[in-house]
Amino acid sequence: MTLPVKTESPSLVDTSTIPGWGVDADPRNDPTYPMRDQTQDHGLTRHWDRPPIQHPDVEILQSIEHIRQPAVVGTSTPPSGLSGVLRRTAFRWSESNWIHWLMLMGADRINVVEGVVADLAHARLPNIPGEMGIRSELAYNKRGFTKKVAVVAGVSLAISLLARGRRARKREDGTQG
Amino acid sequence: MLAMDYRGPYRVRLSEKPMPKILHPRDAIVRVTRSCICGSDLHLYHGMVPDTRVGMTFGHEFCGIVEEVGPEVENLKAGDHVLVPFNIACGQCHFCKQGLFGNCHESNAQATAVGGIYGYSHTAGGYDGGQAEYVRVPYADVGPTLIPDWMDPDDAVLLTDVVPTGYQAAEMGGIQKGDTVVVFGAGPVGLMAARAAWLFGAGRVIVFDHIDYRLEFARTFGPAEVYNFKEVDDVVVFLKKTTDGLGVDVAIDAVGGDAKGNFLQTLFGTKLKLEAGNAIALHWAINSVKKGGIVSVVGVYGPTGNMVPMGNVVNKGITIRANQASVKRLLPRLIEHVRAGHINPKAMITHKVPLADVADAYHIFAAKLDGCIKPVLVPNGG
Ligand SMILES: NC(=O)c1ccc[n+]([C@@H]2O[C@H](COP(=O)([O-])OP(=O)(O)OC[C@H]3O[C@@H](n4cnc5c(N)ncnc54)[C@H](O)[C@@H]3O)[C@@H](O)[C@H]2O)c1
Ligand SMILES: [Zn+2]
Ligand SMILES: [Zn+2]
Repeated sequence: MTLPVKTESPSLVDTSTIPGWGVDADPRNDPTYPMRDQTQDHGLTRHWDRPPIQHPDVEILQSIEHIRQPAVVGTSTPPSGLSGVLRRTAFRWSESNWIHWLMLMGADRINVVEGVVADLAHARLPNIPGEMGIRSELAYNKRGFTKKVAVVAGVSLAISLLARGRRARKREDGTQG
Repeated sequence: MLAMDYRGPYRVRLSEKPMPKILHPRDAIVRVTRSCICGSDLHLYHGMVPDTRVGMTFGHEFCGIVEEVGPEVENLKAGDHVLVPFNIACGQCHFCKQGLFGNCHESNAQATAVGGIYGYSHTAGGYDGGQAEYVRVPYADVGPTLIPDWMDPDDAVLLTDVVPTGYQAAEMGGIQKGDTVVVFGAGPVGLMAARAAWLFGAGRVIVFDHIDYRLEFARTFGPAEVYNFKEVDDVVVFLKKTTDGLGVDVAIDAVGGDAKGNFLQTLFGTKLKLEAGNAIALHWAINSVKKGGIVSVVGVYGPTGNMVPMGNVVNKGITIRANQASVKRLLPRLIEHVRAGHINPKAMITHKVPLADVADAYHIFAAKLDGCIKPVLVPNGG
């Protein structure tokens, strides 16, 4: 039985030299069918007939696990600012490396601040409660809303009391700053 | 044009954005008529997916009218009303050729594990999505599928993701006649998985969630036996007991990384983000399936890692099957099922919301308010 050759990885072992190679192969014992159809030889190699290649005019960060740019790429929100610097750095590591994803998550958080700054720079005050769907919270979850307001108020009160206490203490000690 | 605009975790709004352009000879521009919010969007909304950039437009479940096509598009023309599978797939790479349309190698520059997905962060390719008036649709000859005349667009838009995903969850379960199937999650995906389990010949279907209105819906929509996991001491023990101590034949994870339940998983996965989300549903699936059984995973997790009892997978001889749904592969069969009345997707739509109210639609769906199961956004003139 010959199996279709699907990749062109170097064959380090000549299978014909292995006694009994493939004698137990059973195409019906394929738990991935019908998720993928391996019953036909599609002539699959690394060199499939590629679609035309898009030439993006924005910066595309590319996984180092790719051997070349995929034929089409997304051009939404190219990396920019400090978060962009961090994203570029993150792409030095592969997808299997935690640091890659941690840096991207960090960049995402910085990006939120950049978004607010960009809004302000355009003389726009972001309506954050509105963006968070406050109307529906009021309409459908009054209890949750009151709870949240109470928690936020409580926490801010505690922080301001603490700060005031510390400032008062510092004044008493005559320390500065 | 108007489009949903991500501003950071829990914050979205409607913004004026430039019209999408044809950037590749096989692109089309589609005017959106309907666009859903998906459980998958909640992972983005909650800030769980790395490389989710402020200013991006989400939305991978949409249908609409073709506005313009690139010079190499042959099967579509302006004016066609199409449903667009959430996978961006070239149709001719190593993976597409095998029917793995969710794993295309020619559509995602940022990562190799997953193919491109509309509006699903840069980890899934960095494409703006369909929660907008217009959207760029690459490889327009491959994904987009004409909506048959007789089909309600409300059914069509659900065929872009949740219906095929639920169906594939059951299919990957390798369900044999008479099997006992447990489905974790009574969201649209879990509901469809429960429904599809019967189509594959299940003998018994059990659904777990903790939101009572969803369980109530699952009881009739499945139909299924339903249980609230907050009301049982130990989900795994409960399932073992109800299957003569053996465990279920097939366990389906239709929850993913936004799971609730389990203190440690919540701490590590949700709060500290040391794991790629809370993996308790997968943990339960592995531990409640019988030896030699199959765990089918469609719930979405982040790309880092999760704590799951791998030792049990080995010791029990479990087969785990998982993937992003290969929508294109399943569509012909599912269109037949809708036509034959075997499935009724639009019954899951509880909210139709103007695109302008996108922030509230997200909040209602995320916080599971007002009996929400599936919200659909409708742009002006959609
Ligand atoms: N693989 C794919 O192609 C694909 C496609 C679409 C969606 N998904 C994923 O499927 C999952 C479900 O999507 P959805 O749209 O139905 O989302 P949803 O948020 O509407 O539903 C998830 C349900 O799971 C319930 N839940 C939470 N913790 C649970 C637990 N520990 N046990 C049981 N149930 C629990 C929630 O209460 C909720 O009802 C998501 O992770 C989504 O990303 C995957
Ligand atoms: Zn979806
Ligand atoms: Zn492909």
